Amino acid sequence: MQTAGRVEASLPISSDMDLAWVRQHVRQTAAELGFGLVEQTKLVTAASELARNTLVHGGGGRLESVRLANGHVRGLRLTFADDGPGIPDVERALTDGYTSGDGLGMGLGGARRLVHEFSIDSGPDAGTRVTVISWTVRPPHPRGEV
Amino acid sequence: MSDPYPRAPSTHVPVLRLGDVLLVTLQGDLHDSTAEQLQQDIGEAIARSSVSGVVIDISGVEIVDSFLGRVLAEIAAKARLLAAQTVVAGMRPAVAITLVELGLTLPGMRTALDAQDALGMLTRQAASSRPAHARQESP
Ligand SMILES: Nc1ncnc2c1ncn2[C@@H]1O[C@H](COP(=O)(O)OP(=O)(O)O)[C@@H](O)[C@H]1O
Ligand SMILES: [Mg+2]
Repeated sequence: MQTAGRVEASLPISSDMDLAWVRQHVRQTAAELGFGLVEQTKLVTAASELARNTLVHGGGGRLESVRLANGHVRGLRLTFADDGPGIPDVERALTDGYTSGDGLGMGLGGARRLVHEFSIDSGPDAGTRVTVISWTVRPPHPRGEV
Repeated sequence: MSDPYPRAPSTHVPVLRLGDVLLVTLQGDLHDSTAEQLQQDIGEAIARSSVSGVVIDISGVEIVDSFLGRVLAEIAAKARLLAAQTVVAGMRPAVAITLVELGLTLPGMRTALDAQDALGMLTRQAASSRPAHARQESP
């Protein structure tokens, strides 16, 4: 059975200083949960991409992180939320190389590849919530299929 | 490593000149504004001192995301415009693995094991591409 712990932290994302805090928090929490170095690096990188999107495209928002447990396997769920303009076409936004600004357009699709579970809740003028989960042990089912 | 807080934004990243190579050492968590400042500083340094190579040592960098990736790519593009080669040195294995999955390539950049290896690459290349008397030809 999967159990969600308390909200580990709620961090503001409103400056590039905050992006550094997000990276630091995710690194430290993942290390405490027992993630290996490569998995820590993947999760921190995904978090950096998503937090920057919250800041740059969403006009700022928050990160909520929750520790998970599934038997002896530990997990970390990260939710990046903003009340910005939303993503009108999520499929297009996930396409490698697509950017509405001057980025590389690799953040959203890249973050999806770096985590075990990934979902986006967004729409025009509805803000954006991106939720990702990674586990200390890769789940047996294919990535993202929960 | 055990530093509990993000490092204070270093407004200045040291850029060292070794012969005709610039050596830049990145360390810790680079804030976006620091990375952008660095890009500008290196661009100016290359233009000012007409170097033949730029070595960016990232052995102290824990993650490279698409923002830092773009900064590195733009430094390399600027260097190439000024006829200088860019070598990225010391990328940690976990960072390299993550970059591949993120889908980032670092266009126009060669990679080296460490800064010394990178300097060796640039020196050998300069030696083999430079005609024997090229040093004397300018007035
Ligand atoms: N939180 C967000 N709010 C609004 N739009 C977003 C958000 N996150 C991503 N997007 C949209 O998705 C596109 C792709 O994102 P990404 O792959 O990270 O590329 P980049 O950030 O380099 O533009 C962005 O250009 C933007 O249009
Ligand atoms: Mg992005």
